[in-house]
Amino acid sequence: MLGPLILGVWMTGVIIASFLYMPATQGLGVMGRIIVYHVPAAWIAVLAYLMAMVNSLGYLRRGQLHLDRQAQVNAELGTVFCLLATVTGAIWSRGAWGQYWNWDPRQTSIAVLLMIYAAYFVLRSAIDDPDRKARLSAVYAVLAFFTVPFLVFIVPRIYFSLHPDLINLSDRSFNMDSRMLKVFLASLAGFTGLYAWLYKIQIRLENLLYRLEMKRSE
Amino acid sequence: MEIKPLPWLKQSLAVWRKDLRIEFRTRYAYSALIMFAITTLVTVSFSVGGFALDADISAALLWIILFFSAMAGLARTFVHEEEAGTVTALKMAAQPEPVLIGKYLFNVTLLSSLTVLVVPLFLVLLNQKVLLPGVLVAVLLLGCLGLAGASTILAAIVAKAGAKSSLMTVLAFPVLLPLLFAAISATRMAFAGGLPRAITTDLLMLFFYDGTAVVASLLLFEYVWNE
Repeated sequence: MLGPLILGVWMTGVIIASFLYMPATQGLGVMGRIIVYHVPAAWIAVLAYLMAMVNSLGYLRRGQLHLDRQAQVNAELGTVFCLLATVTGAIWSRGAWGQYWNWDPRQTSIAVLLMIYAAYFVLRSAIDDPDRKARLSAVYAVLAFFTVPFLVFIVPRIYFSLHPDLINLSDRSFNMDSRMLKVFLASLAGFTGLYAWLYKIQIRLENLLYRLEMKRSE
Repeated sequence: MEIKPLPWLKQSLAVWRKDLRIEFRTRYAYSALIMFAITTLVTVSFSVGGFALDADISAALLWIILFFSAMAGLARTFVHEEEAGTVTALKMAAQPEPVLIGKYLFNVTLLSSLTVLVVPLFLVLLNQKVLLPGVLVAVLLLGCLGLAGASTILAAIVAKAGAKSSLMTVLAFPVLLPLLFAAISATRMAFAGGLPRAITTDLLMLFFYDGTAVVASLLLFEYVWNE
């Protein structure tokens, strides 16, 4: 019970600090504060999708159904955080570029990422047999992950994008004010904790549902 | 997975020939592809009338037509095996990888014969000028290879999932989007001209996408095929 309590206090602190302690800087004005929410959400989305991919590969190797449940939970959490990153990004884009959506390469790639996992859930709902569902959706997740590098890493680099980069590749510096950096890192830690907590609850629920199903079919 | 080039090649070609022969008997997949493409093409051409469209719009239209026609026909190869009950026989006759390669070759054949017919018709009906014909041919070739490459394993997944007809389009669209973006951008430049550097970038994207799709399918196909 202590963990969620600490997490709650921590995140409240981050939210307050992002408005009062952190300076609004770097030519982005007040809109720059959204970095504290947008970037960690995107980071967690990538992390959760990566975990889903690892779980799917594990399922294909070993064929244990609990790995499939983990992949499903990770894909769900990834989608939630990916939606948050998309929405906060659109809000920021409205403030900085004047439009909620303008098909900047970053926006394109995140939209496609969301579509891939939407298709993943459609595929899961189309199959009844649990083993077949696990196997086919794992194959699809891995296949999609091979094309994701094109979208997330290559497309924004090749095509001209207006999206600001945190890490300056030309002189290897980190473009951030020190107070901003502190709040940003605290938020990153908070989001990661939030993800771990949500994952724990969600996986417990899925395991219980699975056991209930087993008991009913006996 | 052990790679044996020569037996694989022989088996793949055998699967390819078998599929071609079956297709020649009924011509079902090919007619479905062609009719779908012609229907959309006529609709577009009729509504546009005598006007010449912008290169942006006609490039997108061309790939919309090719993508949806491909979706109408490419799932057929594996769905047919499931319907006819010949899956077990094919499993016994050949390794999984040659089956995939054979089906891939068949889909490439199907798609390129569609493209050869539809693209000239498209250019005539929409009064589209082509400034760089060589680039257009390269884009169409790479695009067909990529469309077939990603669709073949998805067709196997759809066939195992009970051949639900709408599933193919839903699954293929996000996976094929990187290909479609690069293909549309390169086609636009083939129609209206563009910087050589930009064209090379798009063609390289297509090339690497094709390679990734085939390699990923080869690695994963075993899990779909053997149950």
